[in-house]
Amino acid sequence: MEAIETIRDAVVEAVSGAQVEIIPSTPAAAQPALLVDREHVFAVAQLFKEDARWQMDFCSCVTAVDYLPKDDKPGHIEVVYHLYSVARKQGPVVLKVRAPRELEQCRVPSLTPLWRGCEFQEREAYDLYGVTFAGHPDLRRILMWDEFTDFPMRKDYEPPADYEWEPTPHDSTLDRAKVAGGVVPPTALEEKKK
Amino acid sequence: MAVDEGLKNEMQKHGVFILPFEQLYNWSRKSSIWPLQFGLACCAIEMIASAASRYDLARFGAEVFRATPRQADLMIVAGTVTKKMAPQVVRLFNQMPEPKYVISMGACAISGGPFKDGYNVLKGVDRFIPVDVHIPGCPPRPEALIHAIMTLQQKIAGQHLEADVRPRWYHRDGPAEYPIPAFGEHDLEPAVNREVWQPPRNYTDVTNEGIYKKA
Repeated sequence: MEAIETIRDAVVEAVSGAQVEIIPSTPAAAQPALLVDREHVFAVAQLFKEDARWQMDFCSCVTAVDYLPKDDKPGHIEVVYHLYSVARKQGPVVLKVRAPRELEQCRVPSLTPLWRGCEFQEREAYDLYGVTFAGHPDLRRILMWDEFTDFPMRKDYEPPADYEWEPTPHDSTLDRAKVAGGVVPPTALEEKKK
Repeated sequence: MAVDEGLKNEMQKHGVFILPFEQLYNWSRKSSIWPLQFGLACCAIEMIASAASRYDLARFGAEVFRATPRQADLMIVAGTVTKKMAPQVVRLFNQMPEPKYVISMGACAISGGPFKDGYNVLKGVDRFIPVDVHIPGCPPRPEALIHAIMTLQQKIAGQHLEADVRPRWYHRDGPAEYPIPAFGEHDLEPAVNREVWQPPRNYTDVTNEGIYKKA
């Protein structure tokens, strides 16, 4: 594969108006990513798939990362795509796209029309992170049940307090153990006995 | 028993056995336990190994795994019970004819195991159905499952048909079905069947220092 800067320049030249930024990775991973704006990510992905230079015919992984607000910087949800070319035996190209954390605005275009394999993985990202993929053919929960309303992999998710005793509770576990111990209502049998 | 022990032994030598009906009944039940054929995670692999030739559960009369709850006596909950799967597990248990027993196999089925802190795993199947034998281990070895079957056999052998301590299915007002939890917006509703399971209250009463107040 070419250097990431070469790819970036080629993408910016081919897709007019696309904001493409290089996100460096650790030297060990050696997988710098391309951060693309939401409006142009579909066109950029299509370029990677159809252009003879890359022929990215395989999207191996779709996931999301939750970044909480920090030091006055607003948080965001980052959706990550890993693209490979089986035809040219090369890859990956890591595409990233960011959306605000607020549920109504947390929308990115779906890449399922390009790679059918994205369908379940985008459903998983929707299920666990609450990212709405515009253009997805069947966007509903895949792991949690349909009635579930939370997005449990978000960092501000609070699990239900169905917690019981454990041998060495501490910190937040201790608080939860105290709550669980405090709200035990009597059973119907115990009520009858009274 | 009214029959003299010496006379009983003497008659046994001639092939005549005298014993209470209860004992005969329990003996026949415990010697032919039919488990329900279903597994939820890696513990199921150990359960399969127990039933196969190397460990040979057939030696204990429990090798006929039935693929329908209608024909099963024993539910081996082998693996992680996710909250999404919990209603189906309770429903299968309800569909089994009585007398019926439950073995909770492995750390996950007992308490949630390594997934106890997770949002998606039931923190022990005994929150919804009555468990007779718990097997610790992650996963328990086939020998442990066989030991649990033997423990269950001892339990069956000691059950009474008439006394006050008889099992729930011999009580006219004993529970026959257990409520199936519904999928709620944040958790199962209810999250626990308090008729079956209670949190250990003495231990949840913890002080700020994390030292337990003695009840």
